[in-house]
Amino acid sequence: MSRIEVREDRCKGCLLCTTVCPVDIIVQSDRFNVSGYKVAEVPAELKEKCTGCASCAMICPDVAITVYKTPKKKGGK
Amino acid sequence: MSKQPERIFIKGNEAIARGALAARCKCFFGYPITPQNDIPEFMSSAMIKAGGDFVQAESEVAAANMLLGAGAAGIRAMTSSSSPGMSLKQEAISYMAGSEVPAVVVNMNRGGPGLGDIGPAQGDYYQSTRGGGHGDYRHFTFGPGTVQEAYDLTIRAFDIAFEHRTPVLILGDAILGQMKEPITPWEPEGVDDEAGRDWAISGRTGGRDKRLIKSLFLAEGELAGQNKHLQAKYDSWTDLAECEQFETQDAELVICAYGSIGRIAKSAVRKFRKEGKKVGLFRPITLYPFPSADLKKLAEEGKRFLTIEHNLGQMVDDVRLAVRTICDSEFFPIYPGNLPTPDELEAPILACLEGK
Amino acid sequence: MTEMNEKLVFDKPESVIDRATHYCPGCHHGIAHRLVGELLDEMQLTEKSLLIGSIGCSVFLYNYLNVDAVEAPHGRAPAVGTGVKRARPDNFVFTYQGDGDLASIGMAEIMHAANRGEKISVVFVNNTVYGMTGGQMAPTTLIGQKTTTSPAGRCVAHEGAPIRMAEIIASLGGVAYAARGSLDCVKNIRAAKKHIKKAFECQVNATGFGFVELLSGCPTNWKMTPVQANERIQKEMIPYFPLGVFKDISEEGGIC
Repeated sequence: MSRIEVREDRCKGCLLCTTVCPVDIIVQSDRFNVSGYKVAEVPAELKEKCTGCASCAMICPDVAITVYKTPKKKGGK
Repeated sequence: MSKQPERIFIKGNEAIARGALAARCKCFFGYPITPQNDIPEFMSSAMIKAGGDFVQAESEVAAANMLLGAGAAGIRAMTSSSSPGMSLKQEAISYMAGSEVPAVVVNMNRGGPGLGDIGPAQGDYYQSTRGGGHGDYRHFTFGPGTVQEAYDLTIRAFDIAFEHRTPVLILGDAILGQMKEPITPWEPEGVDDEAGRDWAISGRTGGRDKRLIKSLFLAEGELAGQNKHLQAKYDSWTDLAECEQFETQDAELVICAYGSIGRIAKSAVRKFRKEGKKVGLFRPITLYPFPSADLKKLAEEGKRFLTIEHNLGQMVDDVRLAVRTICDSEFFPIYPGNLPTPDELEAPILACLEGK
Repeated sequence: MTEMNEKLVFDKPESVIDRATHYCPGCHHGIAHRLVGELLDEMQLTEKSLLIGSIGCSVFLYNYLNVDAVEAPHGRAPAVGTGVKRARPDNFVFTYQGDGDLASIGMAEIMHAANRGEKISVVFVNNTVYGMTGGQMAPTTLIGQKTTTSPAGRCVAHEGAPIRMAEIIASLGGVAYAARGSLDCVKNIRAAKKHIKKAFECQVNATGFGFVELLSGCPTNWKMTPVQANERIQKEMIPYFPLGVFKDISEEGGIC
């Protein structure tokens, strides 16, 4: 399973990441960070859909997203 | 100092260029303006031969900012101009003072305000000694009076610039720049080409911590701290103030004049001495720091003062500040646009003497 | 759950300092910084780099990139860069300037540094507005765009037309590379990185002056959400400021 990590203290809630995700799994959470921004997240139930494409990280102006990719195993997940 | 025996007959402008070369100046950034053009002309080939670089900039603004860059990189560099161009250089000079970048700047003062003329004048004294740009700062300023002194002080200017991380100004005028005199050139020993090794931007080779040369201090208390630091540096220069005193020991009247006017006044003093009149000359060599202590000493000895300048009265403020608790100074202006002769100075000096 | 065979495919570049930026949400300076940082790492230029900072929101870039830096007065970065490069020709020297800085007050310095073919690289962030001072009209402000000093919208008859810098720079003799990219979408960000890389290579290979303009969003001063700002780049900016390479001497057989 590929995944992203959002550094919540760096996220400014601009939501640009939500516009580029090809599988549409990034949303604004209900949490505020210390700077008062409502941070982006991938809800638990959608996590497994992440393809590790890194588009979200590419457009994030705050380098707040780290991307891990897991190569697909033979015979599916 | 290894004195070379030869004598050469050159203009003040060329003496400054050769002095810079002797001081191992490696970059020169120029822009044409009369009466300093001999300096960039000389440097355009001399810098390349010296293994350095020369740029004719698009403006005095750009030339001074190139100087800021080369100085920040820790390289001995220089620019030169004349009065209207100096107004444009003040931006970068203020930044250099604020971010403590060493550099040498030459002003061959011409008549003003505005375009003025291309003849000699001393109208830029305030600009040269008060920090000519924005903000609270000063820079070291030399006021050479002869072609030899122009050569010598240019070499000194580079040392002061790097020792104190400050822009240093050499303030001459059209007389000094255009006048030819025989001089003895010399080469300073032990010039450190890497004097900026501990602070200059040079790349983080070897993974050292990054360096930042800046004059922006936004955090609370930071700018006050920087200004305090700068002020302490300026205060420490007091002991470096220099002057020439000629026949002041028994003088009743001391003429205060700098640069070319100091030299013309010296001729007048010589003439009066031949007539037995007790006149002397006090010629500041550093205009900032101003040699106030030496002047005050003369005031304490009961001497009177007449300041003569090629402007409407600027250095006279510094003279009066130096002697203010004891006496005052008379003032005689030579208007820009006129070329004074020793004869012309006789009448005001005589009037002062007799007004005892 | 962390799997053992997962690979880190995107992380902060090493030359970008790990700290929060002062930029507003959705501001593209952060993207431009990151691209520059990635290239400094990939091209192994970090230790050789000397950054010439400029005035505007980008003034604090020196806090975000782990390289030696000097702060230039408003618009003078190409002149300061000239001095630095002439003094230290073996170092990698680049400026990073906004549109007010480069295309207005610094027009003389950028034109002449480019024309002299200074071996420096220039990253030019065009967001059509003076950001740090609060949203005044810039030389790149679009026709009809409302700013705090063009409240009725920029009008050609009164304020002139927006300046297209990449095209102007491309027309100058000493320029080795001039291009315009955009930071509004992933595809354009990837292309922008290639442009910056080419511009940097011009300095590394000593072929001449390298210039990259980056169309960027300023949601705060455009009074838009970051998402709306990115849409504006597509709909309004790119049609006026076309993307692409305007000069590349490596495609022309070199500069004489």
